[in-house]
Amino acid sequence: MSSYLLPSAMVWDAFELQERAYFPDGTEVRPSAEPPVLPKAPAGLRLRGVEKAFGDNRVLRGIDLDVPAGQFVAIVGKSGCGKSTLLRLLVGLDEPTGGEIDFIDDGGDRVAPDARIVFQEPRLLPWFSVADNVAVGLGDGVPKAYARREAELVLEEVQLSEKAKEWPAKLSGGQRQRVALARALVSRPGLLALDEPLGALDALTRISMQQLLTRVWRELGFTAVLVTHDVTEAVHLADRVIVLDEGEIKLDLAVPQAHPRRHGDPELALLEGQLLAAILGES
Amino acid sequence: MTTIDTFSDGRKLRRATSGTPRTLTEDRPQEKSKDWAQASQNPPKGAADGVQAKGGKPSGLRTISRAAWLPYLVPVALVIVWQTLSSLGVISDRIMPAPVAVVAAFWERLLSGELVRDIAVSGARALSGLLIGGSIGFLLGIANGVSKLSEQLTDTTLQMLRTIPHLAMIPLVILWFGIGEEAKLFLTSLGVLFPIYLNTYHGVKNVDRDLVEMGRIYGMSSWSLFRKVIFPGALPSIFVGLRYALGIMWLTLIVSESIAANSGIGYMANTAREFMMTDVVVLALVIYAVLGKLADVVARALERWALSWNAAYQV
Ligand SMILES: Nc1ncnc2c1ncn2[C@@H]1O[C@H](COP(=O)(O)OP(=O)(O)OP(=O)(O)O)[C@@H](O)[C@H]1O
Ligand SMILES: [Mg+2]
Repeated sequence: MSSYLLPSAMVWDAFELQERAYFPDGTEVRPSAEPPVLPKAPAGLRLRGVEKAFGDNRVLRGIDLDVPAGQFVAIVGKSGCGKSTLLRLLVGLDEPTGGEIDFIDDGGDRVAPDARIVFQEPRLLPWFSVADNVAVGLGDGVPKAYARREAELVLEEVQLSEKAKEWPAKLSGGQRQRVALARALVSRPGLLALDEPLGALDALTRISMQQLLTRVWRELGFTAVLVTHDVTEAVHLADRVIVLDEGEIKLDLAVPQAHPRRHGDPELALLEGQLLAAILGES
Repeated sequence: MTTIDTFSDGRKLRRATSGTPRTLTEDRPQEKSKDWAQASQNPPKGAADGVQAKGGKPSGLRTISRAAWLPYLVPVALVIVWQTLSSLGVISDRIMPAPVAVVAAFWERLLSGELVRDIAVSGARALSGLLIGGSIGFLLGIANGVSKLSEQLTDTTLQMLRTIPHLAMIPLVILWFGIGEEAKLFLTSLGVLFPIYLNTYHGVKNVDRDLVEMGRIYGMSSWSLFRKVIFPGALPSIFVGLRYALGIMWLTLIVSESIAANSGIGYMANTAREFMMTDVVVLALVIYAVLGKLADVVARALERWALSWNAAYQV
């Protein structure tokens, strides 16, 4: 697990050095310099023969997949086909029972794992304010002033600046999910995994959240892996849609259309049809 | 000034002679008769005032919401009836003193400083028992909620011990510690330990698994996970345990102070019983009630403050 601490810890080390240089006595004077906006490169993925079994239940049966840094991939498939299992492996929440998962940079060289995940439930700490919840994403031991500034920045990104001091209980479902997104992004991860993040939202909120997600992805430039049961959502957001079926990749479909994508675009509708056929097993 | 002087003189006199029952019995009927004379004049007047206030200022009453005064209607009425019956001689002074006599006893002991000392002694006993027993219960609850090993090691034992009524241990405790402070401290600590243990343990066990996993994803250290996720998650349950423990704390203290003590409110009540001073006995009851209520109010305020994030506590 400690490897997941690495990126934010590095950010902080850099910042601390800077602060010490300016304020050796460590008094309450805040550094005048801006916190370091480190050039965080997106992290790609290389999966080779990845397997996961729970006892006799072979959920993933040899997944080979290359995701270039910065790509937006959507994963669709029937319920129980192993989408969540795959995502948990990617972010290191579980260990694969076979195969290799590597994080790679632009040139294809291995880099340290650097992933965050957003679930269908926001999983916010109800006893922390919105800003403090976001600061959780920076890891332990980060000074308050720095955490506050970072949280403000990323809350602005998800258009929730005015809610920074609220309790999560006072937010709507869509707002809570945006806080969860901000928490995942505050450490500028190279890869963001999303497990049906919009699944619990109503249709209208979902559309505006999709737009927000697209914008944030384009501005911050991370690699995104989105699990969704909504084929329309998949073709609207992703560069590429993967159909998972009984633990194997059944279809790998590129979506070349430029952003922003219109709802009701006939070319996208065509892709949707193809995907649905693959999922439902009509070839 | 003169009235105060005579009052304090009388008090001094009584306190000086309070060691010998003979002077007390001489002293008390006089005082009582004074109280009686006052009491027989006062209550009807007071009652009439109350009625007048209600009838005369309807607008003032309407602005105070009914919910504010309605809960106090029954207790106030009871006190008035009680005082009236006492004044009429229906209730004997030996069985139940008049409210006015209780107030007089309160005033007298307050001025002499005895009351403050007794309350301070009892309060210190209660709080130290709560602190010791509560800390042990809290730490065990956290340990058993977090660690499987600790749970397997101690939970069954604690669940067994908890079924023994702790007051049943009084004979043993007296053998162990005699009748000193240790005995009272031990019993109070033991009494508060279990409710706090059980509720802390439950609270920790029921912290949302998803939140714990979230903490793990974001690389929280064990301490950080405890401080940011597990402890706040268990806090509502811990407060339930605390308020339950406060009740047991007073109960244990009353019992153990009645058995053996040379200071404190229980001692005050017990000595008063020996001298048939029913007013002081009732005063002790009232003080226990007030202290119990006060502890609960403080606990509630603390709860409201600590759980302000919880929708149930938000205004
Ligand atoms: N912790 C676990 N222990 C045992 N079996 C598990 C575990 N997690 C998942 N599984 C099994 O793995 C299979 C795939 O589960 P997974 O959650 O990955 O499906 P999914 O594709 O995300 O489905 P959905 O669309 O309904 O979320 C299921 O058969 C499930 O029972
Ligand atoms: Mg799933």
